[in-house]
Amino acid sequence: MKKVDARGYSCPQPVMMVRQAVQAGEFPIEVLVDTVTSRENVRRATQAMGCKVEVQEYEDGFSLTIDREK
Amino acid sequence: MKERLTRFFASRWGIVLVGAVIGLLAAQLQKLGNPANMGICVACFERDITGALGLHRAAATQNIRPEIIGMVLGATLAALLFGEFKARGGSAPMVRFVLGAFAMIGALVFLGCPWRAMLRLAGGDLNALLGIAGLALGITIGVIFLKNGYNLGRATKMRAAVGWVLPVIMLGLLYLRIAKPVFGEGAPIFFSEKGPGSMFAPVIVSLIVGLAIGFLAQRTRFCTMGAIRDFILMNDTHLLSGLGALVIAAFLANLAFGQFHPGFAAQPVAHSNHLWNFLGMTLSGLAFALSGGCPGRQLFLAGEGDSDAAIFVFGMIFGAAFAHNFNLAGKPDALVDGMLTVGGISPFGMAAVAVGLVVCLAIGFSMREKIA
Repeated sequence: MKKVDARGYSCPQPVMMVRQAVQAGEFPIEVLVDTVTSRENVRRATQAMGCKVEVQEYEDGFSLTIDREK
Repeated sequence: MKERLTRFFASRWGIVLVGAVIGLLAAQLQKLGNPANMGICVACFERDITGALGLHRAAATQNIRPEIIGMVLGATLAALLFGEFKARGGSAPMVRFVLGAFAMIGALVFLGCPWRAMLRLAGGDLNALLGIAGLALGITIGVIFLKNGYNLGRATKMRAAVGWVLPVIMLGLLYLRIAKPVFGEGAPIFFSEKGPGSMFAPVIVSLIVGLAIGFLAQRTRFCTMGAIRDFILMNDTHLLSGLGALVIAAFLANLAFGQFHPGFAAQPVAHSNHLWNFLGMTLSGLAFALSGGCPGRQLFLAGEGDSDAAIFVFGMIFGAAFAHNFNLAGKPDALVDGMLTVGGISPFGMAAVAVGLVVCLAIGFSMREKIA
């Protein structure tokens, strides 16, 4: 699984990193972020690119699994 | 319930609603006493706070503005309620301080931050168009840097106390605003007797409006710079729709209140020197883009525990002191006995903008790494 660790970065970096990964097309992608802002920004951006997003919360932030819409 | 509210505020309707509310409240503050086209101006109000503390002595711009206090504390409140308060820092703080200082100098050359640029436009001040064009150019340059790997590095989690520093300082400022202590002869908290610093809505109203804006903006991540940046960077109109709603709501409210006066010359607290309106905001836009947020967003981030954003705020205060101590800020147009004197900036102000642009470009070129 392609991993993108965007923890500690603030917008727009996390979205830019994830867009790059989505454009490279290596699904599924696991994204780590540490703020709700980044979570919502990544969710919005990837959904707009036609992906589906699953979010899991862990102690220090969120893990998003991004995959192609079936 | 909390999760549903969070999703609503993150939605298109959420940001549009909040933008419109901010526009309405800003027009209302003008009606209640704030200077014209200055319902909310983060740069102007931080500059007024700088003056109230005597860090500059421009007599017309000294006041502790409760809006700023409210914007920080409202964001703190929202972040605490929704479990998002997170003390963090360590992402190139010194660079952020410098960016804050030049962002302020650029804004004071134009006479307003991006928030006020929008409110000036909504009040009919067409000089704002030059400012907004400059802002867009500055942000575009910032986007080019972003696309080439510019970033200020990761922030790390810190102890909670780090995140509380700015909110607690805001409580201290609120005390100074209300108590107005005098620390000996010639050492008061300064409050302007004339000029824009002397014009203000009732303190309690300003504070409540600031708290409301801080709360709503923390939930929606409202950002005037981000609105333009996201559109240029990735065709994302999410934040831009909020900014549009702000301008339209403020415009309609200004019409209703008789506060809309279209034109270029002798607009309130504004000058019609087109080149420097444009270049001042170019500098400001670039500095905001390189630091990741407009001055309002920096307040909200600082309120939710981001100490890097708090340092940016102090950079702005430092910049405001320089701008007024060394005659860098724009002078408004003046109408005396029907004669118009066009304002503008001194050669020192021009030099400061040039230095600021060089410094920002140097930061843009040097702070690069591959992150993906």
